[in-house]
Parts: sequence; C-alpha cells; structure tokens
Amino acid sequence: MAYSEKVRSAYKELIDGIRNDGLFKEERYIHSEQGIEIKVEFPAGSEPRDVLNFCANNYLGLSSHPDVVKAAHEGLDTRGYGMSSVRFICGTQDIHRELEEKLTAFLETEDTVLFASCLDANAGLFEAVLSADDVMIADRLVHASVVDGMRLCPAKHDTFKHSNMEHLEKKLQEHQDARYRMIITDGVFSMDGDMAKLDVICDLADKYDAMVVVDDSHATGFIGKRGKGTHEHCGVLGRVDAITTTLGKALGGASGGCVSGRSELVEMCRQRARPYLFSNTMAPVVVAAANKVLDIITATTERRDKLEASTKYWREGLESAGFDLKAGDTPIVPVMLYNAKLAQDMARDLFDEGIYVIGFFFPVVAKGQARIRTQISAAHEKEHLDKALEAFTKIGAKYDILGKSKDDIIAKYGL
Amino acid sequence: MAMQDLIIEYIKDEYLEEDDEVGLDTPLISSGIVDSFSMVSLKTFLENKYNISIPDEKAAPEAFDTVRKIIDLVHEFNPDAE
Ligand SMILES: Cc1ncc(COP(=O)(O)O)c(C=O)c1O
Repeated sequence: MAYSEKVRSAYKELIDGIRNDGLFKEERYIHSEQGIEIKVEFPAGSEPRDVLNFCANNYLGLSSHPDVVKAAHEGLDTRGYGMSSVRFICGTQDIHRELEEKLTAFLETEDTVLFASCLDANAGLFEAVLSADDVMIADRLVHASVVDGMRLCPAKHDTFKHSNMEHLEKKLQEHQDARYRMIITDGVFSMDGDMAKLDVICDLADKYDAMVVVDDSHATGFIGKRGKGTHEHCGVLGRVDAITTTLGKALGGASGGCVSGRSELVEMCRQRARPYLFSNTMAPVVVAAANKVLDIITATTERRDKLEASTKYWREGLESAGFDLKAGDTPIVPVMLYNAKLAQDMARDLFDEGIYVIGFFFPVVAKGQARIRTQISAAHEKEHLDKALEAFTKIGAKYDILGKSKDDIIAKYGL
Repeated sequence: MAMQDLIIEYIKDEYLEEDDEVGLDTPLISSGIVDSFSMVSLKTFLENKYNISIPDEKAAPEAFDTVRKIIDLVHEFNPDAE
C-alpha cells in the first residue's frame, strides 16, 4: 500500500479530530538550560520570554547543577560518547556497574539493572518474571508505562480502586489460586501527588502471599527522610520486591531508568527483559553524571530538605490565597479547577504573567478533574515562590475562584 | 436478582465511589468511569456469572459501554441468561 492521498487525508482527519477535541499537544521551545528561570518561545515563532518554571520534574534542581554538568564532561572525556552496543555484548562499562551498585545501596535493595528509561524498565520487568499462571493486581492510577508493561506480560491482570486497600484485599482473596500474585503501584502518583499506602500494601502482601512492585519515578531522591523513596517514607525498606524508577526526573533528569530489588528478579531482567536485551546501553556521559547525582544525594539530604520546606511554603501560600488544592505532601501540588477550559485559560494567563504551568484535563486525568499541576523544585528560591504566588493570586481573582469550594467553581464554570 | 440489577450492583462495587449512580444507558467506558484496562474484571465477572466465554474480538470496549449493551452481549452468548 502506498502512502496514497486517501491514506494521507485519513490521518489528517484524525489529527484534526484531536485538535477539535482540544487534545492537541504543542511543544514549547526552551532557549536555555533546564532550571527555574528559563527562556521559552511560545507560541512558536514568538520572541523567547523569561518565565519561572513550575512544571518540570526537576525536583532536586540537579538537571543543570554545575557539579553534575562537570561530571558529565569528565565522563565524556574519559569514557567517550557512545557505546554502539546493547549491555550484554559490549555495552557495559565499569561506570555502568558502578551506577547500579550506587542505586542498590541508595535504595537499600539487593541488586539493580539499568534500562534506557523507566518506561523500558516497566516494559521489561513483568514479562521477564511472570508467566500465564500468575496474576498482576495494579492500582487503577498506575502510570501508562506500567499499564503497557502489564499488557506485554502473559500473566492475568486485574486492578483495584485507587489506593483502596479493602478492594485490594478482596482482589488478593479472589486470586489465591494463581501461582504468584504481584501487587503493582506507583509510589507517588504523578497527577494527584498522593502516595501509595505501602505499609498496608506490604502487610497485605505478607498476608496473601504476594510480591510488591513500586514505580517510584516521582519519589526517588526526595521522598522519605533520606530521600530514598516511598518505601522509606512508609517504613518498608527491604520489603518491596522490585522498584522501577527513572533517572529522568529528580536524579539529574537526562534519561535512564532501572529495576532495583530482589537479586533474582533483577537477574531475570538481565536474562529476559526485552528492552534490556534489544536496545542500546545508556550513554557513558549520562551514566557518569548520574553517578555524581547519587554521590550528592547520598552525601547530604540538604536538597530534599529544602524541597520539603519549599513545598510546605508553596502549599500554604496557595491555600491561604484561597485555592482548592489536592491534599498531600509531595512536591506535586495540583490546583483543582475541575473545568478543562478554565484550566487552560488560567495556565495561559499565568504564562503571560511569567509563570510556566500546564493545565491537565481528560483524558490525562478523570473527567471533571481538570487542574493546573504545579511542581516544586529544590532550585526554587523564596522569591520565585513569592512571585508565583502573587501571579496565581492575581489570576485566581480574575477568574473569581479564590476562597471558592469545588461546588462553587463547578457551579460557575461547569464540568 | 435480575441481570440488570446484578450488573449495576457489580459496576458500582467495582468501579464507582459511594455517591455515583449508574443507569441502563450511562456511558461507562467512553465517559471514563471504567477505563479499558480495568474492564477485564467486569468481563471475568460476566463470564463466571453467566457461564459464557467472551472471545477477545467481541470484548472491544464499545461492547461494554452501557449496561444495556452488556446485557445484549451476555444474551448473545447465553440467550437464556436472566
Ligand atoms: C510514574 C512514571 N513511571 C515511568 C515514567 C517514565 O519514565 P522515563 O521517562 O524514564 O521513561 C514516568 C515519566 O513520565 C512516570 O511518571
């Protein structure tokens, strides 16, 4: 079949449909390094403007940290640019193994294997360790890449209501006839910023003989007193059987991911996980910088402590201004607006005020749950937060939603 | 209990929060109440309850979009189910 005019116009129609549904995603070009004070060209073709970034996953502010950049330079100089190989042929350098060992020590697990991304880790893990006799029981709000990984795995799958432990227990009871049960959840949920109840989950896993897998992409490096992640926060270090996480957010933000956990599960990934076997190794420059990141966060909790304090300040500021926030204590702070258009309009007005935030709405979040998701970073200084609070207050007043409850906002703007 | 009530009860239990209501023609999947990934437990429930086996090609999300469509689907495989 050639790429005929008929095929072309069919795709064009699809794309128009996406646009008409208001779901068209547009990139914004950033003319600076990643950070808080960035230069953004938006809309395309316009003069780049200085804005404050409140929508990056740069939780620890390490994405452009001078020590990390320096380590990357050194990595480039001593280990070269590319490896041109998957891991098991000739794609593993000493620094790859060093990074795996550092992650194992930091996460307090038994072993770690790197992947090109956490999406790849999630795509590889389940299929590598489970078979058709097993069942995966996942929280309904797990990340899309976890869902995809589960779809690639022949084991049965089931889901439980978000963070509903009674429902999970019921599912565990229902699936007692499976060979292995695996409970799967995100540690911190990226849209709501809430945390899984890992203490209860691990107890249920013990009671009903199940393994526990946690995607801690939005937690590794800063959740828990030493920043180890949700398992530390919930007091279950050593009880989570496998953690998948990313180097693409708090840990320098370049790219890469891993599976870290029971040594046999990790070994099965090395032997069987398709993204590990059939995709190129992580670039040396990224590995070298990530090693530095692990050194930084192992040596001091300064950055995660500052992030915690700034998050508290930001939450309190928005709350006292009269915004309706999703409860929680992670640096993901969703400002609830319920109506999709309101979320988009306010995000655009905030951009005009020099604050870069994004509105999220169906299908990324449930219908009627539109919001602006703000994300705090250890690189935010008090004056950044104050400037943003001022802008939020101004725009909130413009739309007359300050001090208004969920019902008030819905009554005014609809769902 | 009649099939309609049984199915509605299951859907409420399995997918909804306490104050949500669902009727014969409430869109489930297209409205986002039930995501296609979580739909499998509904399929399993129907198969066990009504002694049927719904092949994958018949288990498209659209076929489960309302309680009315779900009842039709069950009847397609077990005409005597009630
Ligand atoms: C919970 C979760 N898991 C996995 C990923 C994917 O991580 P990566 O960018 O390393 O593929 C993301 C990133 O969006 C995420 O939020």
